[in-house]
Amino acid sequence: MSGAYTLDFSEISHDDFAQVGGKCASLGEMTQAGVAVPPGFAVTTDAYQAMLDHHGLKAEIERALDGVDPNDLDQVDRAAQAIRIRIRSHHLPEGVEQSIRAAYAAMGDDMPVAVRSSATAEDLPDASFAGQQDTYLWVRGADDVVSHVRDCWASLYTTRAVAYREKQGIPHVDVLMSVGVQKMVNAKAAGVVMTLDPGTGDRTKIVIDASWGLGEMVVSGVVTPDNYTVEKVLEEILDRKISDKHVELVGDAELGEAVEREVDAERRSVSCLSDVEVLAVARLAKQLEKQNKCPQDVEWAIDADLPDGENLLALQSRPETIWSQKKVEKKSSTYMTGMMGIVNTLNNPIGSKT
Amino acid sequence: MDAQTPMFPSAFDVETPEGAEGWQDLYPYYTHFQPSRREQDDATFWFCNSQHWPTPFRPFDTIMLDFAIKGLGQYNTRHLIVPPANGVDYRILNGYVYFSPVAVAPEKIEGRVPMFMERAGHYFQNWNDLYANWKEKVLGMIQELDAIDFEELPEVEDISVVKEGVGLDSTNQLFDQYDKAISLCYKIWQVHFEFLNLGYAAYLDFFGFVKEQFPTIPDQAIAKMVQGVDSELFRPDDEIKKLAVLAVESGCAEALKSGTVDEALAAVADAPGGVAWLAQWKAAQDPWFNFTSGNGFYSTDKYWIDHLDIPMGYLRDYIERVEEGEEIMRPTEALLKERDRITTEYRDMMDGEAQEVFDGKLGLARVVFPYVEDHNFYIEHWALGVFWRKMRQLSKLLCDQGMWQNEDDMFFLNRGEVRDVLWDYSSSWAIGVPIRGNDYWPGEIAKRRGIYEALSKVRPQPALNNPPEVITEPFTIMLWGITTDAVQRWVEADDEGSGLTGMAAAPGVVEGVARVLSSPDELGELQKGEILVTPVTAPSWAPVFGKISAAVTDIGGMMSHAAIVCREYGLPAVTGTGNASSKITTGMRLRVNGNDGTVTVLEDA
Repeated sequence: MSGAYTLDFSEISHDDFAQVGGKCASLGEMTQAGVAVPPGFAVTTDAYQAMLDHHGLKAEIERALDGVDPNDLDQVDRAAQAIRIRIRSHHLPEGVEQSIRAAYAAMGDDMPVAVRSSATAEDLPDASFAGQQDTYLWVRGADDVVSHVRDCWASLYTTRAVAYREKQGIPHVDVLMSVGVQKMVNAKAAGVVMTLDPGTGDRTKIVIDASWGLGEMVVSGVVTPDNYTVEKVLEEILDRKISDKHVELVGDAELGEAVEREVDAERRSVSCLSDVEVLAVARLAKQLEKQNKCPQDVEWAIDADLPDGENLLALQSRPETIWSQKKVEKKSSTYMTGMMGIVNTLNNPIGSKT
Repeated sequence: MDAQTPMFPSAFDVETPEGAEGWQDLYPYYTHFQPSRREQDDATFWFCNSQHWPTPFRPFDTIMLDFAIKGLGQYNTRHLIVPPANGVDYRILNGYVYFSPVAVAPEKIEGRVPMFMERAGHYFQNWNDLYANWKEKVLGMIQELDAIDFEELPEVEDISVVKEGVGLDSTNQLFDQYDKAISLCYKIWQVHFEFLNLGYAAYLDFFGFVKEQFPTIPDQAIAKMVQGVDSELFRPDDEIKKLAVLAVESGCAEALKSGTVDEALAAVADAPGGVAWLAQWKAAQDPWFNFTSGNGFYSTDKYWIDHLDIPMGYLRDYIERVEEGEEIMRPTEALLKERDRITTEYRDMMDGEAQEVFDGKLGLARVVFPYVEDHNFYIEHWALGVFWRKMRQLSKLLCDQGMWQNEDDMFFLNRGEVRDVLWDYSSSWAIGVPIRGNDYWPGEIAKRRGIYEALSKVRPQPALNNPPEVITEPFTIMLWGITTDAVQRWVEADDEGSGLTGMAAAPGVVEGVARVLSSPDELGELQKGEILVTPVTAPSWAPVFGKISAAVTDIGGMMSHAAIVCREYGLPAVTGTGNASSKITTGMRLRVNGNDGTVTVLEDA
């Protein structure tokens, strides 16, 4: 089905997954569920498809990869690079470009945005190769938005992504990509929250990584973030590990890009979230887990321009992939029921176990 | 550690506090560490039960220790045949109580299971009926106690005694009433334990299951799933709150704010709505002011009904808070909703099979738990309150006869000696000579008082000798929070350092100024926002929990009173620290972390 080239987040539901990819589908769902999400739109896979069709790129891609040995990284690298160059060298089809420009204009004048890929395969729970596609922050002006959308498409053909698909036997041209264009958050602090303990898989915990500025520093591992553990049900902070957060990524309106800068001495070693904020992030994650009915991995930010209480924004939410995939080995049920349970409890009281 | 050096001292090596020489005479022989059986006593691990006996006690008060321990033992050993556990042996050292649970030999445990299943099973299956029956029994005993009356012996017997050919005198009445009071106290302590350990066992069973499902779940979360919101233990506090609200609403609050209790009550009678308020004040007293500021185990306990200045003080605090616009009534509906939310959210994280088991165990835990909470009101507060009142009446009567000088001196005698004194009084009366005790007891009591005061100045050793490799006795763990870990903490507590650790009993982190209280008489010293540090708290301290910002206790587990009330009030609590009340002094700045069970001294006083 050939549909719209762009869809506003508020028009997107889970059924649109194939058109908008996991990331945008999730943003759409969150928007519709009333979760605070920065506004934006998805450039659909139909737009990407139109691009491929318009320039006959599919055939080019297949040709470039024909006979490439997936184990020979040099070969893969050369082929991938060639494909990326081909994609970037073409104009967008007229209809696609107009649709993107119109949707962008509707967000406001020269609104700074983040342009991110939203692949249809990337976020599938059993194929975690997140982060392999590009994200462009603090993009301003329609020309730049359009060109970064194209960059995102090209990023489907990074060496790693190509090698991965080769190994997994995923046909390259079947993987379509959507791109999300989202209002840039002026993040005071940001990070990642998981609705389970990534170290143990313990679902009674919510674990938050947070640092100053935009969350990319946390995701990329450039800073050691502050780390908070919250008891999920009681909504109580169990542990805080405050780190030395030496750099932050902040939007520079003049330059029109996010810039890395040193964190001033007095903020480096103090908690970047207040207790109230920690609990707000935890509750947001909990809400998203409930909506999506499985453990979530959520990127969030606290916007410096918005008032307290309304400044926490969800940037993306996706299923947690590591522990959710593990087959939980069925514990031999050591518990007994009824009177035998009582007898067993008295004979082996819990404090006596180590 | 050298295998020869025990972790804790031998009872025989613990020194007698200065001025307390001869303290052994205050307590019966069977509570002593006897040199003749030293080998046996040294081979046993004893822990100080400062949860129930936080301070040394007067000789008469041994009655509570005797009866409580006997009642606890009889149900485990003779009624229910609890497979792994008999009773708890006990000793007194320097006025403090030491316990040692008596385990059943491992090879005998299995053989006890069928009997336990039949007997305990009967209780679990008929819990509500048996509990209703229990309440009736206890109310009957309270009524009987209430009817007890001690009368002075008459100058001459009434003429009717002669004319009706009675042939007996008034002394019989004295002996009968005394014996009846002691016997009722004995029975009350037996029924105290009729359901208690079964209630704890069912709770523990649920607790253990949930811990297995979620190994890191905070203990307090499990407690929250089970705890009721309408426990009778909260009623006295609720009654005071209702009275405060009524006073403010009807406009008679001002009249209550100053003067003695009598003055305030006189003033309120003339205030708008005062008559209706007084009627409610009166109605609330029976039974809800049968509420001790201690735990019921001490003759020094002050019960609200005998000391109306205590509830009046709480009332005044509440009135002030109502006037400041604070909502003081417990949000029971919200608490229930919260309990359901917590239960549902954990349950949702389990698989279907586990959910079924969870439902069963939670169901039973919720059926039994009201007893665990409410028995405390019926027994320790109400019944024992009446008992102590009657004993005080007797003490005063004998004081009036010149037997001793202070109205409550009788409590420096043990219960057997009191019966001797009744004989002395009766026979002196009959013979027509002065009471022999008049020349003996004042001096003896002064000596005992000196010893008792000397004992009270010294804090106890937390334990004696070596603990077992692992502590497995279920009730020790549940009731006293004494686990292998806890014992380790006591050992470490002796080491220097600015920190203390205990049980994370109620969540939250708070910094503030410490107020160390060693007895409920000092409750008035508490200032708003302070951190309460005390050996142990009692349910009737509830009103002060509206004032404090956190609580720290020496002894107590997850289900200790401080833990329950702090969770209820949303205050951080660290319990079972071993020695916080002696290590911390009033005025120190503390950080209490109820999430990880630590207390840090930030600044000295």
